[in-house]
Amino acid sequence: MQSNRGSGRLTRRQFVTAGAMGGAALAVGCRAHSHGGWDFLRDAQASTLAALCDRIIPADDFPSASEAGVVTYIDRQLARTYRRYRNAYCDGLEQADAISRKRFGRDLAALTAPQQDEIAGAIEKQNRKFFELVRNHTLEGYYGTPRHGGNRDAVSWRMLGLAEPPILGRAQYDLRKGPRS
Amino acid sequence: MKRVNAVVVGAGAAGGIVAKELSAAGLSVVLLERGKWYTSNDCRKDDLRNQRTTVLGNAFGPEDQGNPRVLVDADGVANIMLPSEGGYQNNAACVGGGTLSYGAMAWRYLPQDFRMRSTYGAPAGSSLEDWPISYDDLEPYYEKAEYEIGISGDDSGTPFRGPRRRPLPMPPLPPNREYQILEPAAKRLGLHPFPIPMARNSVLYNGRGPCMRCRWCVGFACEVDAKNGSQNTVIPVALATGNCELRTECMTREILTDDRGRARGVAYYDAEGHLQEQLSDIVIVSACAIESARLLLNSKSRLFPSGLGNNRDQVGRNLQGHHYTGALGFFDFDTYDDVGPGASIAVSDYNHGTPGLCGGGMLANEFIRLPIQMVDRMPSGTPRWGLAHKQAMRCNFKRNIAVMGPTQQIPTADARVTLDPTVRDKWGIPVARISGNVHPVTFEIGLVQAQRAEAWLKEAGAASTIINAGKPTTVSAGQHQAGTCRMGNDAQDSVVNRNCQLHDVDNVFVIDSSVHVTNGGFNPALTIMAIAYFASEALVRSWKGTGFRS
Repeated sequence: MQSNRGSGRLTRRQFVTAGAMGGAALAVGCRAHSHGGWDFLRDAQASTLAALCDRIIPADDFPSASEAGVVTYIDRQLARTYRRYRNAYCDGLEQADAISRKRFGRDLAALTAPQQDEIAGAIEKQNRKFFELVRNHTLEGYYGTPRHGGNRDAVSWRMLGLAEPPILGRAQYDLRKGPRS
Repeated sequence: MKRVNAVVVGAGAAGGIVAKELSAAGLSVVLLERGKWYTSNDCRKDDLRNQRTTVLGNAFGPEDQGNPRVLVDADGVANIMLPSEGGYQNNAACVGGGTLSYGAMAWRYLPQDFRMRSTYGAPAGSSLEDWPISYDDLEPYYEKAEYEIGISGDDSGTPFRGPRRRPLPMPPLPPNREYQILEPAAKRLGLHPFPIPMARNSVLYNGRGPCMRCRWCVGFACEVDAKNGSQNTVIPVALATGNCELRTECMTREILTDDRGRARGVAYYDAEGHLQEQLSDIVIVSACAIESARLLLNSKSRLFPSGLGNNRDQVGRNLQGHHYTGALGFFDFDTYDDVGPGASIAVSDYNHGTPGLCGGGMLANEFIRLPIQMVDRMPSGTPRWGLAHKQAMRCNFKRNIAVMGPTQQIPTADARVTLDPTVRDKWGIPVARISGNVHPVTFEIGLVQAQRAEAWLKEAGAASTIINAGKPTTVSAGQHQAGTCRMGNDAQDSVVNRNCQLHDVDNVFVIDSSVHVTNGGFNPALTIMAIAYFASEALVRSWKGTGFRS
């Protein structure tokens, strides 16, 4: 899936995507600074979100949420279907860093994993609505179809033991039975 | 625009059949559909955007923009709902309607399902009633639907079924692993399991090949076109007669009436948003229970100030669907074989005859689950996030079976569709407002059904189980919505007669799940189809050119 990365020229798909991103950038609401390749998020927001997503689905011998592209999934949706959640994300991520700075003196992304777990638990208590949003969107991005930017290389499906690409055309019939033509 | 004999509003399970039957009988027909015509090429296998998992929207309509509804919750608070939200009670908006993307279970109701009031008596506060037609009246039309649409299965193994003259036209698909696990367990419990009848090719039928058994089934269009709906069976036949014109992306605003109160056609917005009038001798409303009621209610005139056929305040009442309950069992061996459609085995032993309780439903194993559909269905006590949740997914995704069923809902007159006084859709048409709930005795039998599902799973070796038998606080109509234009002999408490003709307007028919008096303990698609054949035949029989034989 990532084979075009770094090849130095745009494929048609990348060109189309770039155009869509340019269009989406015009509609950005709470983003004040230039961004590093995200459709909606600022880099700092993306780092905070990645830290939170990775507490929801941490790495084991399979990738964490952000390693599997979940931040890309959420970012793309915030520029499209999930436009209605933009304010919730902007406010929620700001609050997450505020809680983190108050308790540990640093932004969420700079903390150790156990510290991040503690902050995630605090967000779950203090801003349940936002936490549920991130939790659900993280699971969508990780376990849903790879076409929307998450579940990179169908990694979660392979983790669960599902064939990807699926084996098609396998009607399970014994062709030796029945009438011969 | 040229006047035609019949306008059919809605190209779903019923509308497609009506269009085919009328055009084959020589009537000129315009079939109006608010959605698009998708083909198997439009099967996108998108786990997040389909008719079942709608977090990124409905793949087959309606889209979230400009199609709101209003749901009144148990506290009387009205909430605007988007089509991708559960409370919207969506079915679909496309050629084929729900049958493009359904799971395709193709059940006949049982004889008792048409005589619910006689069988159980009406609980106080309910609107439980008998149908004006019987299973025997409908049997030939069930058979016609089974052969024309194409149904696979074998119900010879259960005594809990109505008589049938012919077996199903196709054998069942070979059993999947869940079938093999659940069948002996059901037999040990004294039940009569059998393969679920499905509108899905198991062999070459009707010029299309068999199911390839992929995991993207319910909620998706079929990639190999092995799932049979109106879009790949009767609608192409209707168009081939030369008598039927299908107009897609056309939203019907109202049924037009003349000074005497008879219909003279419909007004609709075409794909470009222009208001058009299509005049006709008769109008058939087949827009599914919520939208059919909405269309009648929006068709106001001097003689029908509160909506066409609604002078006795019956249109929109008795909204019902199914109360789904069941259990999820976790096993310590693999139950998942990645073979669709997944749902394979059912029992109808529990549809009737539970002492002291009213109705029941069939129980079946669930359709094959995609990973995203399992994230909130881990064993009890599993944390909702973190490493423990991820590892629970890894342990349990392939080791669970769900058994559940559509418990028959006991209707009430208060569960209803009205028009919202303020909210309008993108065409400016008042939207459906859904309020009320089914009768609480529904939840009593629903709990018993869930316990029965759990017992079946435990007998099959489940190490742990979770019962799912909630008490929804609003009506759960959704894809099985029915009842809003009840069929009956008495115009005081019904909307149409046994031939689906409005009591008050002889050239307007409602032919879809709206006419269901009760909704059986089964998925309703095949019954909708059978009624469409039954009512179409009655219509053609009494048709004499531009009016009706008396």
